Amino acid sequence: MRVDDKGLIDRSRPVRFQFDTIGYSGFEGDTVASALLANGQRLMGRSFKYHRPRGVLTAGSEEPNALVTVGRGAAQEPNVRATVQEIHSGLDVRSQNAWPSLKTDVMSLNDLAWPFLGAGFYYKTFMWPKAFWEKLYEPVIRRAAGLGALSGRHNRDKYERAYAFCDLLIIGAGPAGLMAALVAGRAGVDVLVVDEDRVMGGRLNAETYVIDAEPGSAWAAAVVAELQGMANVRLMTRTTVTGAYDQGTYAALERVSSHLPERADGAPLETFWRIVARRAILASGALERPVAFADNDRPGIMMAGAVRAYLNRWGVAPGQRVAVFGNNDDAHRTATDLVEAGVEVAGLIDSRPGAQVTGTGFPVYTSSVVAGSTGRHGLTGIAVQGPNGHHRVEADCLAMSGGWNPTVHLTCHMNGRPTWREDIAGFVPTPGSVPGLVAAGACNGDFSTAACLAAGSAAAKAVVKDLGGKTTRVSLPDAEDKAYQIAPLWAVPGKGRAWLDFQNDVTVKDVKQAATENFRSVEHMKRYTTQGMATDQGKNSNVAALAVLADATGRAIPETGTTTFRPPYTPVSIAAMGAGAQGAGFAPQRYTTSHAVSVEMGAPMIEAGLWYRPGYFPRKGETTWRQACDREVEYVREAVGVCDVSTLGKIDIQGPDAAAFLDFVYTNTFSTLKVGRVRYGLMLREDGHVMDDGTTARLGEQHFVMTTTTAAAGNVMRHLEFVHQVLRPEFDVRFTSVTEQWAQFAVAGPRSRELLNDILDAPIDKDSWPFMACGETSVAGIAGRLFRISFSGEHAYEVALPSRYGESLFRLLVKRAESLSGGAYGMEALNVLRIEKGHITHAEIHGRTTAFDIGFARMISTKKDCIGKTMAAREGMVDPMRERLVGLKPVGPVKQLTAGAHVFERGAAAIRENDRGYVTSVAFSPTLGHSIGLAFVRGGPERLGDVMRVVDHLRDIETDVEICAPVFVDPDGGRTRG
Amino acid sequence: MRLTCPLCGERDRREFYYQGDAVSLNRPSPEAGVDAWDDYVHLRDNPAGETRDMWQHEGGCGAWIVVTRNTVTHEVLGTALAGPAAGARI
Repeated sequence: MRVDDKGLIDRSRPVRFQFDTIGYSGFEGDTVASALLANGQRLMGRSFKYHRPRGVLTAGSEEPNALVTVGRGAAQEPNVRATVQEIHSGLDVRSQNAWPSLKTDVMSLNDLAWPFLGAGFYYKTFMWPKAFWEKLYEPVIRRAAGLGALSGRHNRDKYERAYAFCDLLIIGAGPAGLMAALVAGRAGVDVLVVDEDRVMGGRLNAETYVIDAEPGSAWAAAVVAELQGMANVRLMTRTTVTGAYDQGTYAALERVSSHLPERADGAPLETFWRIVARRAILASGALERPVAFADNDRPGIMMAGAVRAYLNRWGVAPGQRVAVFGNNDDAHRTATDLVEAGVEVAGLIDSRPGAQVTGTGFPVYTSSVVAGSTGRHGLTGIAVQGPNGHHRVEADCLAMSGGWNPTVHLTCHMNGRPTWREDIAGFVPTPGSVPGLVAAGACNGDFSTAACLAAGSAAAKAVVKDLGGKTTRVSLPDAEDKAYQIAPLWAVPGKGRAWLDFQNDVTVKDVKQAATENFRSVEHMKRYTTQGMATDQGKNSNVAALAVLADATGRAIPETGTTTFRPPYTPVSIAAMGAGAQGAGFAPQRYTTSHAVSVEMGAPMIEAGLWYRPGYFPRKGETTWRQACDREVEYVREAVGVCDVSTLGKIDIQGPDAAAFLDFVYTNTFSTLKVGRVRYGLMLREDGHVMDDGTTARLGEQHFVMTTTTAAAGNVMRHLEFVHQVLRPEFDVRFTSVTEQWAQFAVAGPRSRELLNDILDAPIDKDSWPFMACGETSVAGIAGRLFRISFSGEHAYEVALPSRYGESLFRLLVKRAESLSGGAYGMEALNVLRIEKGHITHAEIHGRTTAFDIGFARMISTKKDCIGKTMAAREGMVDPMRERLVGLKPVGPVKQLTAGAHVFERGAAAIRENDRGYVTSVAFSPTLGHSIGLAFVRGGPERLGDVMRVVDHLRDIETDVEICAPVFVDPDGGRTRG
Repeated sequence: MRLTCPLCGERDRREFYYQGDAVSLNRPSPEAGVDAWDDYVHLRDNPAGETRDMWQHEGGCGAWIVVTRNTVTHEVLGTALAGPAAGARI
């Protein structure tokens, strides 16, 4: 029911929305909760376990009950708090965890079974037979219990990540936060004020406080207006700071568009912020806590502060006859505010014997408590228990207050523990818990408006001084400064279920039972009862549950301790945290200059690290990849093939000590390499295992170009920098990655020189460019480089031009190759060619193999030190019985080989204990006409000619193989050098 | 987490690559013996408190940096170029 002349809503702008397909009307400024309450709709959800009817409990982000699903289809979002979601035209809201309807929920039968469903029920009951848990019990229990569901479809909503930096971050814009912002802002500090609400002001918008003779909300609006005019102050609303992290880093979630019917062009739904602040002031306020009494969870029972918020901020009376129940003076405001607004107050019940109540127009019951309630889908009355016994009070709304808990959460995110303060019966932050952050206002236990304003001002002054600035005089406005009077009341004794955690359906009895069963540690109690483990993380209930546990175990509250508060403060969607990383954004995509041409030619592109490379280039009439691959292998073996090899890492190395440096990072010697020549190099890790391999060309006395494998380019670059900066700082040498600056193509095959002489400006012959020669060249006047190196084992070259000519060069090379009965070849053919030649890749140098294992022991020079040399010489690293590289040829009826299969002796069972090695690479060799493979076999080179079993347990394939040398084609290298 | 690159200033830790304990600064001589090498390559302390480790400002200037920090409080106590720490010309 709306109350006239109250609230910060715009009554000239009605808004239509839907709840469970029924149309409702609210006003601009309403939340779903305030609009539904205004329409008399108290029932908003069903509880998690017992499917109890539930109404809204709070008016903020701590709401445990009123969780709804917003939107439909792929964009539907479950578990949205009705107290946070603003209404907009066309908003489609549905209740959740109820079937067939919110009012008639079949699963509320669970509620009748409550005597059996206490803490630990599931653990104790569904134990046998064991296999039933996963298949039967758990799915059924999960279906019965629950929250809203995701659509299961791809979420197409847009999310963003953003970064912000400031000198002072102010978290929360209530009286303390605004006052701090005013002081720091006027002092010229770079301030960022963040508040989770749509309007700043905090409790000032929900109360009838007066500041400097004007309404608190008006004072807040005036301060915000002044702050908006300051160039050094940024204000963010609808943004919740969700976590505090190391070195002044904070996470925040901004709800950018969830309150809008239509999204601004390109605007995200939510933005996940990382804020870096030199200093922070926490002014997050306090959260009111319920009192546990029998059936304290009926729709219509809500927090006293929430009742005042609905009344004062949204102009809504949550009931027609409201009772108020509390243990502190603050609750009394509720009764006076209601009476002043013309709402009937059924009674004020205060648990304290000597409570002083001001205000008239309602019955007062001191030394009294609420001991029970009635009303199935909404409150109809309460049982008041006082010195003169029980009596019933008719009411359709109960405003309860067990006092206020300072919102200390962020101060605990870096392992801080809060401090108990007896006078306010609550925890306050322990100073210094988050370096650079101070708490001010209600979150620090200051519960009067004047105290909040003073604390905010003082905190800001200290920060300004700390940052080396100067504050101007800012006078504190006049405000109420009432002392906070409270006597702890956690749970009203009696029969029936008294709820602590509304969202997870945890009662006082559950916590007591946990204590009885010796789950006395607060962390154990939490996990046994699931107290505080729902999406609200027990914001309303943790302290009361702790107090009940303390009582049940005969300890004091500080001694009982608290559970750990962890980020996020309120739920953050994974989509927001991972914004930009969905689908193609998951990893960067690197394309070669020949990418478009390759795709044009129909090549399927395959991932190689972040790169995309062509698998093969299909021809008309070919039905399998093998046909294309075999044809491309034949190009290289018989004519000429062209392949983009630009993805290999290229590192330009220059300096007087470049050669000496290479001698140290490679196992073999590069200082002896002549200018204009290329050498294959092997690199070890310091632990003696192979790190990477590749060729390095000497272009000048002090100038080398190193190539790395595609996968290891980044690692090698980092390694070179490490070795230079840390281990060999005396060397005068520099490195630059030039991988993306050069487009490089392999031209391989007996007709490769013929092709090149067609396009190079200066022709080459076997004397000017022998095997392993390198130097400058030019194509159509464009200066480039030419290397005579071969991965395929054929007479081959690699030609490089600056990247901007890559596409043209590729087209030209392919065209010429085709005219010479050859053509482009892709990764599949490249792989076959290198296996035929016994060349290794990271399938072989996978991190656990040594130079000895791959037959390169002699490449470790005895004349110099190098990275990995000492450790590679360890006994176990050169044991002849290690698994060492060999070739495999099938010799039995089964001809199929698979990578990953394991090698066994013939006649031995194919079990782990008999393992003799494993297959790393396989290919069908069109050159030889059968399958070939590379494998690591124990004592491999000593077993040449032996026949062994190769078993692939996953694919169920068994092949008899002959162990052979790993070079299948042209073992003496005549073709390569020819 | 924020780290101060001695060359570039304070940066988000996402710009840095983490390697491990700064023991890697002290590479033994090839003749130092098995124990010294085992220590250098394999054995690491696991301190609750102050520790020194190696980070590279990979997403920035490429400098290798020795970071002194507290594993208990996460406080970063100091950063220095590994180069000068090892005598490099940077």
